Amino acid sequence: MNHPARDDVSVDLTTDLAGLALPTPVLTAAGCGGTGRELEPFVDLDRLGAFTTRTLTLDRRAGTPAPRLVPTPGGVLSDTGGQNPGLQGFLAAELPWLAQRRVRTVVSVAGHTLADYAELARHAGSAPGVSAVEVDLSGRYAGGPVHDLDGYAAGKVVHVVRREVPRGVPVLVKLTPGSHLVSVARAAVKDGADVLVVGHGPAGLAFDADTLRPVLAGDRGTLSGPAVLPLAVRAVADVHQALPDVPLVGAGGVRSGADALQLLLAGATAVAVGTALVADPGSPTRVADELAAALARHDLSHPSDAVGLGHPTPQGDPA
Amino acid sequence: MTTGPVQVTGEVLGVKRVGAHHQLTLVAPGVPERFRPGTLVALGVGGPLSEQLTRATYPIHRARPTGAYGGTVEVVLTATDRASSWLAAAPAGTSLPVTGPLGRPFALPKEAVTCVLAGEGAAAAPLFPLAERLRERGCAVHVLLGGETEAHLFGTLEARRAARGVTVATGDGSVGTAGSVADVLPDLLARTEADVVYAAGGGRTLHAVAAAAERHGAWSQTMLTDLPLPCGTGVCQACVVPLVGEDGLTRMARVCVEGPVLRGDRVRWAELGTVPEDAR
Repeated sequence: MNHPARDDVSVDLTTDLAGLALPTPVLTAAGCGGTGRELEPFVDLDRLGAFTTRTLTLDRRAGTPAPRLVPTPGGVLSDTGGQNPGLQGFLAAELPWLAQRRVRTVVSVAGHTLADYAELARHAGSAPGVSAVEVDLSGRYAGGPVHDLDGYAAGKVVHVVRREVPRGVPVLVKLTPGSHLVSVARAAVKDGADVLVVGHGPAGLAFDADTLRPVLAGDRGTLSGPAVLPLAVRAVADVHQALPDVPLVGAGGVRSGADALQLLLAGATAVAVGTALVADPGSPTRVADELAAALARHDLSHPSDAVGLGHPTPQGDPA
Repeated sequence: MTTGPVQVTGEVLGVKRVGAHHQLTLVAPGVPERFRPGTLVALGVGGPLSEQLTRATYPIHRARPTGAYGGTVEVVLTATDRASSWLAAAPAGTSLPVTGPLGRPFALPKEAVTCVLAGEGAAAAPLFPLAERLRERGCAVHVLLGGETEAHLFGTLEARRAARGVTVATGDGSVGTAGSVADVLPDLLARTEADVVYAAGGGRTLHAVAAAAERHGAWSQTMLTDLPLPCGTGVCQACVVPLVGEDGLTRMARVCVEGPVLRGDRVRWAELGTVPEDAR
């Protein structure tokens, strides 16, 4: 339906995410915004909800050779092999630039062992200029065990991270949608997650019709982009219905304010823009502007007014 | 000073067939003012309903800040895949997202030196505005153009206006010397006593160019054109090559931001498409 634009509704996009004051509910997703500097020509950094780093490991990783990313219908299949400068490399060479510009920075970390996670959390969580720590449980970047299919293992990781990160610095936990999602989400929250990021794109594989070999040098990759938006909306809705009081960041295929609104309606407090940055490096602020306009059309003056609004049934634990 | 890239909605002004290639002129306000030879534009393809996120990224052939239609840029492409075929067939008036100029340009010499500019097929396109800048600096410019056949050569006529000497090589020997850029370059370097080689083309050609420059004692500035640059801005981290840094250590560097023009002696050409053991 075509709603007339409302001039009389002024939308305030400022968002509280587990105590973090964000200018908008639109973040960048882990690994999708480079070092942050790449976005500067296209994005007003003061109006970026938060910047999430590439997933950092203790030791630097060179990653896989090109090709690392190929277009697929409605998205891309990609795998960098977890290329990153290592936590210390990041703290020395990349964080100061972000901190100087007061970019709210979420540091994404992935470890091979619990001890890795503890060390990453200790150093990342206490570094000046870091707003939050995001735990990547998928193991795909650190080459370690996959923790996010197993609530018990996920809980143990979240527990050590929460213990090492100072109070006042939220711990975000990124989850992979799937049949295990709600149980892992519960475990992560029980062991100290302040925010859940829902979630990773699914794993995919593409073959080259000429070479008869996998297209990506790293063989398998992650599917992302508009193709996965309905998966993300559904996953956010499932977690929100099970855990209505936990703030969620919805991630997966967001390209527009209308996409962001869908994730809010499903129950997300904020959204992360990822693969859209490949096409439009200015998308985080554009999506925020479009979201404000979409909220105004529905007489909603704040993003929080839309959170979970799409659920037809009373919210709560179906179990 | 006007620097840094801009994101604009561009418009196709026209597409001209040039042998096996297509020369595309785009209205892209703000891009030409910021252009330096060697920089890129990233184009959104497929039209408004397109689901293709990855960009088609090309070196700029010509940039005109002013004109009847406002600022325009030209790129030269070969229609080999869906994105380039769509661009080659785009009617005048088609609007498309344009981001640019992107990347690091060709480094210009401080003194009036002798330069060889070598390009393979459509990849030669960005060498022409470079030739102009070099001539303004008093450099002697020699151009070497290569292609599989005569139809694959780009810019032979324009080169005769832009350069002191023009050498042409075709794989089938239909025009000029039979052979490739790599075959012809060593002799040309010796003959011209070139100080700098600027080259654009595929990895195998550039490997040979860098090696020939090294043997001859010339600097080489190389622009790799056969690796897709899906975003052009550096965020996707897809277009990596092993590059030796000033500290002597090898890193997997993004061609779109650390290049597209890289020092030929810094790229580990033999290990292109791999991650060397010692890469950090």
